[in-house]
Amino acid sequence: MITKEHALKIASLSRIHLKEEEAQLLANDLECILKYIDQLNELDVTDVKPTSHALPLQNVFREDVVNPSLSQDEALQFSVQKDKGCYKVPKVIE
Amino acid sequence: MSMDFETVIGLEVHLQLKTATKIFCACANQFGEQPNSLTCPVCLGLPGTLPVLNKKVLEYGIKVGLALGCEINPYIKFDRKNYYYPDLPKAYQISQYDFPVAKNGLVMIPMEKGELKKIRVNRAHLEEDAGKLTHEADGTLVDYNRTGTPLLEIVTEADMRSPQEAYDYLQVLKLTLQYLNVSDCDMEKGSLRCDANVSIRPREETKLGTKSEIKNMNSFKAVKAALEYEVIRHTQVILSGEKIVQETRLWDDNKQMTLSMRSKEEAHDYRYFPDPDLVPFVVKADKIKEIRQSLPELPYAKLERFKNQYNLNGYDAFILVLDQTIAQFFEECVALYPEAKKIANWLNGPLLREISDRKSSLAELKLVPASLAGLIKMVEDGVVSNLVGKDVLKIMLDTGKSAEQIIQENGLAQVSDQESLTRIVDEIIKENPKAVGEIKSGKENVLGFLVGQTMKKTQGKANPKMIGEIIKRRILDA
Amino acid sequence: MKIAQLTAHEILDQYAAQQLKVVDVVGSVLEQISQSEKDIHAYAQVFSGDKLPAFNGKNIPIPIAIKDNICIKDTETTCCSKILKNFIAPYDATVIGKLKQSGAIFVGHANMDEFAFGSSTETSCYGPTRNPWDLSRVPGGSSGGSAAAVAGNEAIWALGSDTGGSIRQPAAYCGVVGLKPTYGRVSRFGLIAFASSLDQIGPITKDVTDSALLMNIISGYDPKDSTSANVPNPDYTKALVKNVKGLKIGLPKEYFIEGLDAEVKTKVMDAVLLLKSCGAEFKEISLPHSKFAIACYYIVATAEASSNLGRFDGVQYGLRAQPSQVRKTNLVDMYEETRDQGFGNEAKRRIMLGTYSLSSGYYDAYYLKGLKVRTMIKMDFDRAFEEVDAIITPTAPTTAFKLGEKMNDPISMYLNDIFTTPANLSGIPAISIPCGFSKNRLPIGLQIMAKPFAEETLFRIGYTYEQNR
Repeated sequence: MITKEHALKIASLSRIHLKEEEAQLLANDLECILKYIDQLNELDVTDVKPTSHALPLQNVFREDVVNPSLSQDEALQFSVQKDKGCYKVPKVIE
Repeated sequence: MSMDFETVIGLEVHLQLKTATKIFCACANQFGEQPNSLTCPVCLGLPGTLPVLNKKVLEYGIKVGLALGCEINPYIKFDRKNYYYPDLPKAYQISQYDFPVAKNGLVMIPMEKGELKKIRVNRAHLEEDAGKLTHEADGTLVDYNRTGTPLLEIVTEADMRSPQEAYDYLQVLKLTLQYLNVSDCDMEKGSLRCDANVSIRPREETKLGTKSEIKNMNSFKAVKAALEYEVIRHTQVILSGEKIVQETRLWDDNKQMTLSMRSKEEAHDYRYFPDPDLVPFVVKADKIKEIRQSLPELPYAKLERFKNQYNLNGYDAFILVLDQTIAQFFEECVALYPEAKKIANWLNGPLLREISDRKSSLAELKLVPASLAGLIKMVEDGVVSNLVGKDVLKIMLDTGKSAEQIIQENGLAQVSDQESLTRIVDEIIKENPKAVGEIKSGKENVLGFLVGQTMKKTQGKANPKMIGEIIKRRILDA
Repeated sequence: MKIAQLTAHEILDQYAAQQLKVVDVVGSVLEQISQSEKDIHAYAQVFSGDKLPAFNGKNIPIPIAIKDNICIKDTETTCCSKILKNFIAPYDATVIGKLKQSGAIFVGHANMDEFAFGSSTETSCYGPTRNPWDLSRVPGGSSGGSAAAVAGNEAIWALGSDTGGSIRQPAAYCGVVGLKPTYGRVSRFGLIAFASSLDQIGPITKDVTDSALLMNIISGYDPKDSTSANVPNPDYTKALVKNVKGLKIGLPKEYFIEGLDAEVKTKVMDAVLLLKSCGAEFKEISLPHSKFAIACYYIVATAEASSNLGRFDGVQYGLRAQPSQVRKTNLVDMYEETRDQGFGNEAKRRIMLGTYSLSSGYYDAYYLKGLKVRTMIKMDFDRAFEEVDAIITPTAPTTAFKLGEKMNDPISMYLNDIFTTPANLSGIPAISIPCGFSKNRLPIGLQIMAKPFAEETLFRIGYTYEQNR
């Protein structure tokens, strides 16, 4: 059962601020979706190997050869906030 | 209450690998450029970009793994470690969770009486470095140049029992890594970083105590100091009847103490899962064999060989292998002049002192093995004294000239013809009648005084043994 | 007939015969946009005209719509999300680079469900796209803008992306051809990821020939995409033959069950009869784990999405919201406010679902189980393709539904993808081809699936069907 508090915790882990009323609605939605997903419990997956890639590709590499980087101006071209050649964010250490 | 505690330490070392490019993109892997001038859409984590693994990075990972006696995983994969921090542009770090490149290794550290202790390496895994934050009054600045620098994280078991052992482990690890030439291993520049987990427990107790994790040490000495500080802190807390709180603490090098990070963060839940953008890597046995064969002789093997092959004592051999170029130089000298012990003494003594006085390195000095071997041979043949030999070495390092040339140009050869030495000795005897009298009456120890006087007169170029004999003969036989 | 109604291969023929100029084609498309865009709203953004290339006998200067999640250098590429407004892509997706080389003319960024999260193109921050066949209905999604642009002659052809049916379902709803290539066939570099292990870019076209032509341009190995397959890239147009004799085609019994609209079933079975009359052999097969595909898909896709969308946090680009009050720390408040304001409801739902299934304590029960069920679904297909060369199913269980009809019922919305998600989970190629209309003149789509890298089989069957209708 996904409670409102649970939804708020997941939201916090997802770095999304939920308003109180939003939290309850999302808790209901998640509950409903998870109930649907629970049909997977019909399956015995004990000896099944997980598939995380659609194709059995392996050993895909790049040679260690340098390509030019973006210039500082290019890198910061679309930054929300910048200062002294850096991206700027609200203070990390309070 | 008196209790005997045992210290338990485990270390995590983050090593920046010295490849030409970053781990997942083709940006140059360099230090100290203008902020945000070594980035591209991939390492900036721009939407739509994808990582492709640098072949060298995996090779280096395998190389280090093998050098640390690890098993190389035949199946390797990369996982995402999810968390939010401004230095992490994708909000996940590509790392390795359950199939790291290497596991189950061993590092031997020296103990008293030449014994060795095994420190187990739990695992070594590859990952990408994060960017650099600079905290200012009104905000935090982010530089992504370092983002995507290849890292190898080497994690030990909690096998160290004192800060000194931790220090020794780091020394041996660094030496091994330097032999492999895969990293600068420079703690001040951050190319080698170390976090330590430390706890104490009553001796005889088998369960581990509550640990603290300490970070922010920028030298091996700081690691040792921080651990020593923590051991005392833990002991005091426990003896006062309180409990250790499991936490991360930062070492303050100015205050020489650790401080709690006082974090308001909720417990981490990194939600590791296989990175769907990277495929798995299968390392074949022949590839491992190929890399194993390419490994240089590692420090311990070299140490043992030097002891056996050159009949050196443990100390001399140890000092030599501490620097791969010195060790190689030593062997080249021995090949030219097979007096290993003498050469080791010269290398470990006068030469290392010169290198340290000059704040230089062997590679930077214009010294070739033939020159040093030639000098040592001339000292041993009595052409110059040991003392003059050291001056010759200085000139040699300044000018790059051979010992022979320096001695000739500066007239430094020992005066060793009997006739001229006898003439000088006779003058000394004439000038010091009192001393001569004392020698005659049996006070042999005054002989040294006269030898010294003679040396002074010859500006050190005489052979002191020869002088002693001449003086004795001239006084006692007279 | 308007020029904009022509297919790309018809236009290329007329270019070659010097009966048509590039400027006429572009003019006709722009005219159509000016007429119908206010009703259909296929585009998030129509680009202002650059200098047009001339046809030189080798290039393919055809106006194309590009889904708003494929990066075109120096254009705003937003995934139709508020959080990416003002994000100007500083690079070209690999497919865009290939299209530029071919002389393509980019008409605009096509509308889509926010971050491709949806089956109706209603979750776009720019508002919904409407189905050109019935403006009260959705065009399907998430590539609804791309499909509607092609169906409404606002582009000659288009690129979409397909994670669980996002090319095929809107193609079916809009009466056009949509192909999801084999995973790894088309580079994902520059496609803003929804679920990296499922996403593929593919063509949305007016007919099968155009689909093959566009695949010739966009497909092929890309060293910038580790999941790109280094396999020979055929000339797909060689597969455009009117011959299915001897081909074995499977009809999975699990796909023709309750919930399937009767008209849809009839039209699909008509197509089967037609192909049978052309010499194809049909047999009933079983894909027993099909019914678990949606549940499996929503675990795998949302887990990957929750991680892929973490980077939209206000630090570098796009939206950064200022929190009105201090709740946690300045930084965390900025993150949470930005993501609250920047993401729509469905995005929040999926990010949270994915976060949940990866989080400590739930990983085994959800994410890991999802990956295991994925294996079972994939093995169903492996087994089936030992018996048959292709599989035919309906693309979607119904025809296009009304706007707003399913917005408040996520499960019913998700069930639209019941027939399409298995191909993504298995990595196999699948195409949707128009196979007629319902009584109320809504298009119906037929899905053909084949084994990995057998796109040519899809084109062969699709072309034979198309030419014999």
